[in-house]
Amino acid sequence: MCNCGESVRDQRYTALEKTLSKYRHSTGKIIPVLQEIQDIFGYIPTDAIREVSRELKVPSSEIYGVVTFYGQFHLQARGKNIIRVCTGTACHVQGGGKIVEAITGYLGLKDGKMTSDDMMFTLEPVACLGACGMAPVMMVNEDAYGRLTPDEIPAILARYDENRKQGDDEKCIA
Amino acid sequence: MHSLKEMRREFQRAFNISANRVKVAIGLGTCGIAAGGEKVWSAVNEYVENECLDVDIMSTGCLGMCYAEPIMEVHVPGEPRFVYGNVKPDTAVEILERHLKYGRPSPEHIMGQDPRGFKPAPNIVELKDTGFFKSQVKTVLGRCGIIDPEQIVHYIAFGGYEALEKVLSEMSQTEVIEEIKRSGLRGRGGGGFPTGRKWEAAYNSPGPKKYVVCNADEGDPGAFMDRSILEGDPHSLLEGMAICGYAIGADEGYIYVRAEYPLAIKRLRKAIHDAEAMGILGDNILDSGFSFRIRIAAGAGAFVCGEETALMHSIEGKRGMPRVRPPYPAASGLWGKPTNINNVETYANISGIIRRGAGWFSGMGTDNSKGSKVFALTGNIRRTGLAEVPIGISLREVVFEIGGGIQNDRQFKAVQIGGPSGGCIPASHLETPIDYDSLIRLGAMMGSGGLVVMDEDTCMVDVARYFLKFTQEESCGKCTPCREGTMRMLQILERICQGQGRPEDIDTLESLGRVIKSTSLCGLGQSAPNPVLATLRYFRSEYEEHIFNKKCPAGICVELLDIIIDPEKCRGCTLCKNVCPADAIGGERKQPHSIDPEKCIKCQACIMKCPFDAITKG
Repeated sequence: MCNCGESVRDQRYTALEKTLSKYRHSTGKIIPVLQEIQDIFGYIPTDAIREVSRELKVPSSEIYGVVTFYGQFHLQARGKNIIRVCTGTACHVQGGGKIVEAITGYLGLKDGKMTSDDMMFTLEPVACLGACGMAPVMMVNEDAYGRLTPDEIPAILARYDENRKQGDDEKCIA
Repeated sequence: MHSLKEMRREFQRAFNISANRVKVAIGLGTCGIAAGGEKVWSAVNEYVENECLDVDIMSTGCLGMCYAEPIMEVHVPGEPRFVYGNVKPDTAVEILERHLKYGRPSPEHIMGQDPRGFKPAPNIVELKDTGFFKSQVKTVLGRCGIIDPEQIVHYIAFGGYEALEKVLSEMSQTEVIEEIKRSGLRGRGGGGFPTGRKWEAAYNSPGPKKYVVCNADEGDPGAFMDRSILEGDPHSLLEGMAICGYAIGADEGYIYVRAEYPLAIKRLRKAIHDAEAMGILGDNILDSGFSFRIRIAAGAGAFVCGEETALMHSIEGKRGMPRVRPPYPAASGLWGKPTNINNVETYANISGIIRRGAGWFSGMGTDNSKGSKVFALTGNIRRTGLAEVPIGISLREVVFEIGGGIQNDRQFKAVQIGGPSGGCIPASHLETPIDYDSLIRLGAMMGSGGLVVMDEDTCMVDVARYFLKFTQEESCGKCTPCREGTMRMLQILERICQGQGRPEDIDTLESLGRVIKSTSLCGLGQSAPNPVLATLRYFRSEYEEHIFNKKCPAGICVELLDIIIDPEKCRGCTLCKNVCPADAIGGERKQPHSIDPEKCIKCQACIMKCPFDAITKG
């Protein structure tokens, strides 16, 4: 929670309160609550876990257990754009690994880091996007891209990159 | 009870009236969108508006021809339906210009025609005669790609909710269960348990509150038939679940969908809303006294949640960890109540069985595996997509007839079936009929029906390592054999791929695999060693090559590669020298170059750069 006084309280916490009041009297709703919190913040802040615990009357250890169990929830802030690149079997045999390399190369990601230094992108390898017929596949936010080749990656990502602003619309296929 | 029949007649009339109008349909499932379908959609809309054409533009689900996406269909009244593939925004406009203005189907992008009782156009193949469709039966996928999935009236006009109506008005609960038992339907999610017997167990469990759960957590990499049904024909799932609810005595259902399928969730929400608005779901359905509500639970990214007890824990808001069975869900499932759980494709089969009879269904398939099954064809294959075939058809037919064989004229090496729980089947077993029992005998399993085809450039040790990495990451950690055992197996496989394999590794892998299989708690652990054991069974020599000769025959395992410049072909252009990040290439301009193996990091940048194909790996 921020310390700069109630009057300028982060709008996101107002949204959090609204979400919590909606689920206050329901059981078994931890996952939908956390999904909404992640939509609000982009990740699950620790103080939000405490508030969920208080409102839903569930120990915070249990909530933490749920957050860390599921791949979808994140405890750290993430980049503005989420790149979900498929590492499923069909993408693997069609060269999905080269796509991952092209992305990490473009974003300058090293040593297992998944978020670019300017917080513009987070790379999230996922098990399968279910568009195997289009392999290799990735999604940037809600946009799906299929039949990718490594050399297309810079142009696609540049479209989302406000810091570079040299988007090539021709490469966008969806 | 009369209302739905009347409505259907009215919708059919409306559909027929719209059949008197020109219609352009564009496939907008996730596959279509990934291939650029939305751009085609906007281009077509713009064209129709600019030219002031009187044309209906419709979005449909997936026809199954992923290889040809984006797909556009043109229906002109009194003519066959024409299907165009690999359509780009500008070609779509060209096609419409030629087809609509001059009445000539455009030959370049045409995939085939469906005469629908009209005179077929000459020199254009009929869709049902194309290699891709010839051996297929379209029952579960019958409406996918034909109707607009967001229009409940389309579903109803195509016979939708007729089965629910029949069940509610003229069948008892036990009659429904008997019919499903007689059909021989087995669960399409992997295990293949007889569906009717599952329903019967839930029906026999006492208690006023029961649940129907749909497993739409299609987690197997390489399988996407459930997504296609959810996106292309969501009402068929709702109808199947409602029929199950009636049969077992449940008034509430949950669909557990993985979060990676946002479009499926959106279309399901709309479908549930529309069905409730028409009184087909909700309280007192069609005045029968039967009430049934369906809710959606979005998964949060855990493969193990495809296991039924883990899935129910996840709906309850807990960590999705499996528990010991028994008690089975039919006795104690969601929130401790009797629960029936099936997957999407299983429920989607129900309305057809009720409408056309158990005999029709059991007429397809083999002695022990009835009906049809949808397979997802992916990997190094010419025609990727979804194929629905009678169970028992041979692997060769699916891979070579429907899938058109291997892409880029390479050789077939293996087909991986059943996802991370399944196995790789080599060329020598291509004649095997695909049914539940034959596949298990080969050390694979039907699984959800993902077929990943692999060509000669695939390293089977690398494939086994890939699957173990997957199951290792997805192991929930509850039981030791799976948590620790898959980790040990993965470490050994990684070592082998890096050229540090030891002579005893193969034996260790086999004994670890046996222990994990026989001592793990749930299906994930019990099947996790399958990819390793199956590749050891059919491709043992590749393991030996890696371990004893430190060679990767397919040239995939980077550490085992030797990258060499052929002095005969090298012209000394220095391109490779300049691109090498490790400064490993030496040689004077116009003289043959060479690579220092000590410095080479095997990035293969030089291979891609060389204009003379002088650099090879081996």
